Amino acid sequence: MRFKRKYPFMTTVDIQKSTKQDLYEQPDFYSLDDLLTEEHKLIRASMRDFVKREISPIIEDCAQKCHFPREIVRKFGEMGAFGPTVPAPYNPNGGLDYISYGIMMQEIERGDSGMRSTASVQGSLVMFPIYAFGSEEQRLKYLPKLASGEFLGCFGLTEPNFGSNPAGMVTNIKDMGDHYLLNGAKMWISNSPYADVAVVWAKDDNGRIRGVIVEKGMEGFSAPEIHQKWSLRASITGELVFQDVKIPKENILPNIDGLKGPLKCLDNARYGIAWGALGAAMDCYDTARRYSMERIQFDKPIGGFQLTQKKLSEMLTAITQAQLLVWRLGVLKNAGKATTAQISMAKRNSVEIALNIAREARQILGGMGITGEYPVMRHMMNLESVLTYEGTHDIHLLILGAEITGIPAFK
Amino acid sequence: MKILVCITHVPDTTSKIAFMNSDTELNKAGLTFVIGPYDDYALARAVEIKEAQGGTVTALNVGLAETEPTLRKALAIGADDAIRIDADPTDAYFVATQIADIARKNGYDAIFMGRESSDYNGGQVHGMVGEMLGMPSFSPVMKVEIEGTKVTLAREIEGGKEYIEASFPLVLGCQEPIAEWKIPNMRGIMSARTKPLQVIAPVSQENLTSGGHYELPPARSGCKFIDASEAEKLIDLLKNEAKVL
Repeated sequence: MRFKRKYPFMTTVDIQKSTKQDLYEQPDFYSLDDLLTEEHKLIRASMRDFVKREISPIIEDCAQKCHFPREIVRKFGEMGAFGPTVPAPYNPNGGLDYISYGIMMQEIERGDSGMRSTASVQGSLVMFPIYAFGSEEQRLKYLPKLASGEFLGCFGLTEPNFGSNPAGMVTNIKDMGDHYLLNGAKMWISNSPYADVAVVWAKDDNGRIRGVIVEKGMEGFSAPEIHQKWSLRASITGELVFQDVKIPKENILPNIDGLKGPLKCLDNARYGIAWGALGAAMDCYDTARRYSMERIQFDKPIGGFQLTQKKLSEMLTAITQAQLLVWRLGVLKNAGKATTAQISMAKRNSVEIALNIAREARQILGGMGITGEYPVMRHMMNLESVLTYEGTHDIHLLILGAEITGIPAFK
Repeated sequence: MKILVCITHVPDTTSKIAFMNSDTELNKAGLTFVIGPYDDYALARAVEIKEAQGGTVTALNVGLAETEPTLRKALAIGADDAIRIDADPTDAYFVATQIADIARKNGYDAIFMGRESSDYNGGQVHGMVGEMLGMPSFSPVMKVEIEGTKVTLAREIEGGKEYIEASFPLVLGCQEPIAEWKIPNMRGIMSARTKPLQVIAPVSQENLTSGGHYELPPARSGCKFIDASEAEKLIDLLKNEAKVL
């Protein structure tokens, strides 16, 4: 397959379709499927089929060649993977509950964390703020195109000098009467080099954080790619640079100001990650389980040795605990009761068990574990980003610590 | 055009099959059920035809209430309505009788189904339905094109393909590559919530066969590699161990 890049800073990349069959089966040791509706199960089966058809055959080569398969954006749109909780008419594919959203993120990340990043940025960090904080005109102008994948979006909060401390941001908008002037820079922005629209957080003249919709092509706006990543290699990451970008006043999100705006977006995205990282964990477990039954050493499958069984048993235990945790979080989220601290616990737990499982699975696969023949090392490298983005592993501990003690330890 | 698509509700093809009650019954515990793979192709082609030419697609299954998620999936893929004949599909004749009865009452231009189910693999129902309704039936159909009243079919035959022209009404037993099977999207899944699913009592209970017992195929044994220089050993194993010479 040959994907021609329409962007001048990219070269053409040949992506080989793998002929290897994706045999993934999800572990469900505690029959937690009984907690899902038939519709949830149909959504899961459909997303799994989609991932097996559209992502699994190309993902390894995309990751090896550091190539973002831009056409997946349209396919996600057709499938309804963008902003499924945003209702019609803004999203004709939308109106699903948060468990459905979690299931979708889990299936996509089971394929690849980078692909899930593309979907959760678009849904939780671009569509959600426009839906929740935007004007009716903004909703109608952007949401249908973001839902369909005609537009790709990105979210600008982190800056080169302000990561865990977003309140310190220096990016700003200056009121010029009939418009604003936007200046500053954002860093580590998923989707940014290809994005048609960016939701950017910047301080106004009063030092309040405001949401700004920046469109591709605005003068003074550029989005250079960050190269040489060892993680999320199949998704594209970049910067956002603003030099006196003229922002029409109607591009400001009218219904929010302050840090709670971006933090509410992050709650939704972190919720999706809690489900998603568990998908990567289950893929690693399933790969290792199958490999351990096929690989013969000392005349028997390595799955027959105690140390392999220990690894597999501990993986399944951690997966089952996390499955129950994210399901319960989904029920709370549907009821509008999930707190930021609960979401932090689930995001942190899922990523931690996923990374541990990826490392243990890699050991079970021996030398094969470091190759692109199996997805484990790709998941492991991806998860290093997931551990850090959307609130670092340590910051989530501090969110929990503040919840437990009432004393914030952030500074 | 009115198309009836008959779908089966079968264990996923990767399922590990086990039996119970002295090997007279399939143990359904822990199995995932899906639309029969051949039926999935038939449904995909029927939805394509409807989308290109207009009309309706009705999905039908003979099965107990447990098959409704499978019918709901057919609705999510693009069927307009669904019918479940409330009975355990025990026999090809029984199933064909139910389909023929619905077809007589509702009058379809075409009846699509898979060439065979993937559980019992009988491959008889399409032929029986055609006979019961006095319609031509064709199987296995790999291609169907419709131009006005003319239907062009490609059928797989030993060593090649047979091209046939036919007209409505007809019955088709389908297989790949008649269409690429469809994955329902979220809009389809949500629209399936409100599409009608009718439950109808079976018209007759008559079966022409009755089940005996089941047996799993013998476990696959491992490969033995014989060095090219030891051809006599290979002959000996083929003669005395495999007993095929």
